Amino acid sequence: MAEYQTHEHDVLVIGAGGAGLRAAIEASAAGVSVGLICKSLLGKAHTVMAEGGVAAALANVDERDGWQVHFADTMRGGQYVNNWRMAELHAKEAPGGVHELEAWGALFDRTSDGRILQRHFGGHKYPRLAHVGDRTGLEMIRTLQDHAIHRGITVYMEHTILTLLEDGERVVGAFGYDSERGFFHLFHARAVVLTTGGIGRAYKITSNSWEYTGDGQALAYHAGAELVDMEFVQFHPTGMVWPPSVCGILVTEGVRGEGGVLRNKEGRRFMFDDIPELYRQQTADSEEEGWRYTQGDRDARRPPELLTRDHVARCIVREIKAGRGSPHGGVYLDISWIKGKLPSAAERIKKKLPSMYHQFKQLADIDITAEPMEVGPTTHYMMGGVRVDAESQMSTTPGLFAAGECAAGLHGANRLGGNSLSDLLVFGKRAGAYAARFATAHGFGQVRTDQVETAARRALAAFDGDGRPGGAESPYRVQHDLQELMQNRVGIVRREDEMVHARDGIARLRERATRVRVEGNRQYNAGWHTALVLDNLLTVSEAITCAALERRESRGAHFREDHPGKDASAGAFNLVVRKGPDDEMQVRRQPIPEMRPDLKRIVEEMK
Amino acid sequence: MPTATFRIWRGDITGGKFCDYRTDVAEGMVVLDAIHRVQAEQVPDLAVRWNCKAGKCGSCSAEVNGMPRLMCMTRMNQLPIDAPITVEPMRAFPLIKDLVTDVSSNYRAKQRITPFKPRPPDAADGTWRMAQEDVDRIQEFRKCIECFLCQDVCHVLREHRLHEQFIGPRLLVHVAALEMHPLDIESRAEELRTVHGVGYCNITKCCTKVCPESITITDNAIIPLKERVVDECYDPLTKLFRIFRPARAPEAPG
Repeated sequence: MAEYQTHEHDVLVIGAGGAGLRAAIEASAAGVSVGLICKSLLGKAHTVMAEGGVAAALANVDERDGWQVHFADTMRGGQYVNNWRMAELHAKEAPGGVHELEAWGALFDRTSDGRILQRHFGGHKYPRLAHVGDRTGLEMIRTLQDHAIHRGITVYMEHTILTLLEDGERVVGAFGYDSERGFFHLFHARAVVLTTGGIGRAYKITSNSWEYTGDGQALAYHAGAELVDMEFVQFHPTGMVWPPSVCGILVTEGVRGEGGVLRNKEGRRFMFDDIPELYRQQTADSEEEGWRYTQGDRDARRPPELLTRDHVARCIVREIKAGRGSPHGGVYLDISWIKGKLPSAAERIKKKLPSMYHQFKQLADIDITAEPMEVGPTTHYMMGGVRVDAESQMSTTPGLFAAGECAAGLHGANRLGGNSLSDLLVFGKRAGAYAARFATAHGFGQVRTDQVETAARRALAAFDGDGRPGGAESPYRVQHDLQELMQNRVGIVRREDEMVHARDGIARLRERATRVRVEGNRQYNAGWHTALVLDNLLTVSEAITCAALERRESRGAHFREDHPGKDASAGAFNLVVRKGPDDEMQVRRQPIPEMRPDLKRIVEEMK
Repeated sequence: MPTATFRIWRGDITGGKFCDYRTDVAEGMVVLDAIHRVQAEQVPDLAVRWNCKAGKCGSCSAEVNGMPRLMCMTRMNQLPIDAPITVEPMRAFPLIKDLVTDVSSNYRAKQRITPFKPRPPDAADGTWRMAQEDVDRIQEFRKCIECFLCQDVCHVLREHRLHEQFIGPRLLVHVAALEMHPLDIESRAEELRTVHGVGYCNITKCCTKVCPESITITDNAIIPLKERVVDECYDPLTKLFRIFRPARAPEAPG
């Protein structure tokens, strides 16, 4: 019999980044008891890394903005496979979410008349991102954290969930362990909200921290819930490429929003060479017009550097592959050139992009006010995830909700910058509210002890891996090999044969994962932890690969070298991944429901 | 490739010792990279706390060659590699294991601080108006990444272990951000004196020196708070005024 401590909450929120904190606050406001689980310490989640801003059509800087424009931008960015109802709710409710944060103490930069200032960002027609310099995410998570700690929420820091507990169809809790002692914990709950973020650690080059191992997606999958859009992984165009130890660390899109330009080694602004049809009307004809746009000229159109992330990332890959890249395998991102345009350029860069200045100075010995940066694509964000109902954020498994990055639908084939922070506010709040409502209407279900026993036994298996056929494996090694495989075979540019190879490779890694052996005891054991999340990484990697194989076209972040064009018929469905009766992974096409006529009109008008 | 010896503290609450590990040093490497390499190749159960590896989350605080640093922002080329590089946990907090300490006292202290409360909205739509310069004034404090390095060097916490009586520099910065917030209407002067122990700070400025975000903790946050306490709690006129007023709720012990 496994030993564990039992905790009981009406609503259990798994993941304490922005979405989790927002959900927990909302659920506790509904008067139910809330438990909040963080894999790290509170306030350290990936939300702190968000730099550019939170997208909301406040129309403070340009009164032509409104929810309709934000909605149309989000749909266009997502190449129309988004859940349009989510995109509508998001565009309508994001301004309220930002104002709520201000009421809880967040301080955004201001306009001259004292309202919230907004900045330009890729794919957004008008300046739309409320921001605080380039550390908006920190401001948001700290505000949510400082608000949440006074709301009677029980916070479990440095706890990791291993499995969701099911009672028939329904999810009734979760089972996991704490890092500090390695003890097991059973969380019995009426409703569970997954807010675990992304999957970046499935790839070698990523802006994500160790936490982003697809836990929520994998937990939901194993609990019978459906995943959707798993083929859409966002590679942010600008990550650091040098020195090697910082490879993948994010360079905010805000650099380009403030006038930064991309050049190849010949000094050419290569982004002007390929402007997609969908955006031709909205893109500047000349470098001069692009510059005027970044400086707030309302009649100017955006420079091509501010096209959507999927497109910019592919253009960068094209330059590198053609041999026009920088010495360390990237391209140049230059903000220092604005010296010729503005008298106090250096001061302005430091004021607008302080953490970028700091990051390059400290980690790469580069002064971005004086010289260009070297950048290349980095795995950044998962558009796909748990398939949820737009209004309630409930998954296809009753009692199980998801929000933020680990849920899917809002962003379609490609997310616009700034839409993740608004996503977590809008849908974190909804998930919390509807989970509380579910908890009020349902009792605590029955926990099956056999499920708990199995989970505990599996978790401890890695400690007695001696004498297994094939010899012991290091968890770090298996994780590393998976990252290499996904990076090289299911990355920015994809091909059928390579992905078939990847699928076979994942199966082999799965076998190796059963032979993983860890040393030491259960207390704060990084090796054990790495071993325990391998299954999650393998599950999401397999889901990404299977869905990417099935989508035989190129759309948004999913680019198929063997099917380079967009296929209108493929724009009519999403790909749904679920666990079959024999534990095999199934992929099916889910037709996208017809868009409401009023929304269709908006999309047409804004085209 | 050059190599370096890392002298890493290994142990738990029952005791521990420094152990030496040799590892390669690649260009641009930071201390956290080296720790990860040791972990992946030599000591798989080595305990270290980290997240973003970009100086933004404040998780990987430790003492490197005796200096409190973020391991992810300490580049190897800033350290002499001809001698062993010592890496040990923050000494102001109880040890959990290896480089990981129990920093929960900081979270408890924050919970004791009166939370933000805004004035009524300025506009009919429920929003506020603020000047950029008023926002700028406290941006410095809001930059804090809660790495707790300032707490680590504060002698009130490190030597005297007064974690429950004194909230320490990090949380005084937090109080300063609240007190100087353009919208906040609470006063925290009394609790600063009686609950948070602002008087324990004797302005040695060690905290300011180690802040990775370069927050001028002592001059910009703590000293103004001390002045506020003096103004509100010790001003002779106010005191006189208090004597002639009926007593209010009893004070918490100082």
